[in-house]
Amino acid sequence: MTVRDAAADAYREALPALAASLVGGLVAGVVLGGMRGELRAVPGLLVLVPALLATRGNVYGSLGARISTALHQGLVEPRVRAGDERLRAAVAAALANGLVASTFAAVAAFAILVGLGRPVAPLPTLVAIAVVAGICSGVALSAVVVTAVFAGYRRGRDPDTLVGPLVTTTGDVFGVLFLLGAVRLVLFVGGVV
Amino acid sequence: MLPVLLVLTLVEVGSGLVLGRFEAQLLRFPTLLALVPVTIGTAGNLGSILAARLSTAFHLGTLSFDPTNDTLAGNAVATVGLGVTLFPVVGVGAWTLTALTGGARLSPVTVVTIAVASGLGLAILAVVVTVTVTYAAYRLELDPDDVVIPVVTNVCDVLGVVVLVAVAQVVV
Repeated sequence: MTVRDAAADAYREALPALAASLVGGLVAGVVLGGMRGELRAVPGLLVLVPALLATRGNVYGSLGARISTALHQGLVEPRVRAGDERLRAAVAAALANGLVASTFAAVAAFAILVGLGRPVAPLPTLVAIAVVAGICSGVALSAVVVTAVFAGYRRGRDPDTLVGPLVTTTGDVFGVLFLLGAVRLVLFVGGVV
Repeated sequence: MLPVLLVLTLVEVGSGLVLGRFEAQLLRFPTLLALVPVTIGTAGNLGSILAARLSTAFHLGTLSFDPTNDTLAGNAVATVGLGVTLFPVVGVGAWTLTALTGGARLSPVTVVTIAVASGLGLAILAVVVTVTVTYAAYRLELDPDDVVIPVVTNVCDVLGVVVLVAVAQVVV
């Protein structure tokens, strides 16, 4: 295999997945660009954005990888209705990890911004936003990952190659959309209370 | 899983702090804000795909850490090629979508220039980071699959923010 062959091979295999996640990233970006009002209303929220988006990828990417490995090993049946215990445990662990990481990101961002003397919203506001966004996007992403991995597997596709692009694409879009929803909800509740 | 996740989260908060420093500029130009998720996402993906391929080649024994190694050189060339292909699309897409939603204040040429310059820099950085981390994992006798992909993805995310903000400072 020459350098040229190796390069052409790598390029061809990576392009579709990258193009798909590029579309997801652009949609997420436009939503973020439209969130300027919320970003101004909650100082420190922008600092949280990369951590919250990356958590989605880290946690639910690993959930997808675990489920595909379990499918390959025959430990999990590719049916959602089966209510498989391993499947439920994996999803519950992913949701818990996602919540802990989101909360941790909010607390860390708050502490660092206070330490640097930069403007920041109250800690309960940031944590509430991170938790609400974490739960909503976690449930949505788990559903997408499980459904897509099972559907792909039943059609004879290798779920391993589906998980990465799927999670990066939907993770960005859901991550930003539920973040917007969470900010609005928290600001609304905060305004009422 | 959890301790690694928390360390990675902290790294990402670091990149958030970089974004926060330039918050005023990002809020003034929504197109720049629109570039953030897609730029860090694509940089992270370029790194993680390269890392996954190098790890597999390493397990198969077809990879050696030598610039003349075909697998290594070919994958590095492909990563830069993918960056050159995708980032003009990122620039045009970000400008068009922001213009459609009525917030574009930067010219399309400026936005595409920012996207392409950041993308080229990030593709090269993704190669350097991935090869370095894969080599370190190999020297430390760690399984590259476990270590390299999360480290590379998150480092590339952070570099994505830093490079995008730096390029925007120069161009805008």
